[in-house]
Amino acid sequence: MSTALDALDATAPWVRASADAPILSVSALSKSFGSLRVLSDIHFTVGRGETVCVLGPSGSGKSTLLRCINWLERPDSGRIAIDGQQIGISSGGVVMNDRELALMRTRTGMVFQHFALWPHLTVVQNVVEAPLHVQKRPRDEVYAEAEVLLERVGLAAKKDVFPARLSGGQKQRVGIARALAMKPALLLFDEPTSALDPELVGEVLAVMRDLARDGMTMVVVTHEMAFAREAATRIIFLDLGSIVETGAPEAFFSAPRSDRARQFLLRYAGTLSDVVRPGP
Amino acid sequence: MIHDFAVVWGERDLMLSGLANTVVLSVLAGLCALLLGALLSTVLMQKQRAVALGARVFVDVARCTPFLLFAYLIYYGLPSLGVRFDNWGAGLVALIVYHTAYMAEILRAAWVAQPREPIEAGLAFGYSGLRMFRRIVLPPLVLASAPVVGNQVIQIVKDSAFLTIIALPELTHAASSVQSRHYVPFAAFLTAVLLYWGICLVIESGVSAVGRMAEARR
Repeated sequence: MSTALDALDATAPWVRASADAPILSVSALSKSFGSLRVLSDIHFTVGRGETVCVLGPSGSGKSTLLRCINWLERPDSGRIAIDGQQIGISSGGVVMNDRELALMRTRTGMVFQHFALWPHLTVVQNVVEAPLHVQKRPRDEVYAEAEVLLERVGLAAKKDVFPARLSGGQKQRVGIARALAMKPALLLFDEPTSALDPELVGEVLAVMRDLARDGMTMVVVTHEMAFAREAATRIIFLDLGSIVETGAPEAFFSAPRSDRARQFLLRYAGTLSDVVRPGP
Repeated sequence: MIHDFAVVWGERDLMLSGLANTVVLSVLAGLCALLLGALLSTVLMQKQRAVALGARVFVDVARCTPFLLFAYLIYYGLPSLGVRFDNWGAGLVALIVYHTAYMAEILRAAWVAQPREPIEAGLAFGYSGLRMFRRIVLPPLVLASAPVVGNQVIQIVKDSAFLTIIALPELTHAASSVQSRHYVPFAAFLTAVLLYWGICLVIESGVSAVGRMAEARR
């Protein structure tokens, strides 16, 4: 009996190591636009099922960081790996061509600030487009999954409508369903609620909260402090292109360690006065 | 006068075959010019300056050449370089090449005016190259530029009339034959004008069909 348990224990570290291997690992990432240094020496990892919220003032490099992860922005230096496989640079050390890059990008799903739905396609066509024509998956399966996804984001009834006929919140929920349809290892959200009317923010955050709870691995650039506090497993605070602070949301919001994080949170004091106390 | 139209009616087979040839020429030239223009527009949008510049020079030169001169050049000029077409070949090549330049410029202008985000989403979802162009870039372009493309197809129909000078038996050529055979210029040419108008009505109804599709997506 005990030997059997020992045997199990002996295998456990290996099993755990594989399950705990980060979905995303970013190391020594730097990026400049001309003489402007946008990101300098960024290091972080995201584990399976984590929801990492990237916070920081406007112009701190949050969106650029997100866009570097799938090489929509080409990093100047550093290494980005998804599921252990390096993005952008092939095994020979050469920069991937457009086709190889495109293939790598299918491993991440992306949700855009301005929705970026394809205007010539209906809601359901937006969702099935890339699974059918990029991933070349079987039509019946893809359509069946699209129905389930649209149900999940509450838009099954709108499946044959063109995006132009939807509200901002509905568009963004289609955007999320479209990203999920790729079965990505990682979902990237680039300020998904910033372009929405205030009364429409809630419906999008509700969908994102569900995804976080269901164990989807997500990196979310956002200004929604309440969402970050409640749904994130970890906060990354970015300022002037560097990670200033990273930690559990509770610790970050109630006791930020850095002055810059404290100042940043203070600017949201109107809504978070119960949370943030100015430092001595 | 009624008698003159009766004479034209008596030559209806000739007129109808002219009409059919004009339609065949215009449809073939319109489709090929749109297709080649779409491909050429991708070259005009290239980031490599030298490549884009080559396409730009062709587009500008073609657009600044009168079509009649262009047709002369291909039918009478090219044989001295050893390239010889019959009148159908020369007529079609002239129409296609000339209007490809216009189509490319029309689509390029619409492309520049498109929002960047859907194309960026295409990149993020794994599109690149021709698949990106065909699935993500081109459909909104065609919808947005349908009225201008339709206008250009009408221009193709009218330019096909010039091909009478290289003895291509299209509608204007047929009307010309009828009038010279029976000396009924007014009736023959007016009949041709009405038939051209009919072709344009068909094109316009096609354009408004595409326009309705675009409207549903706006």
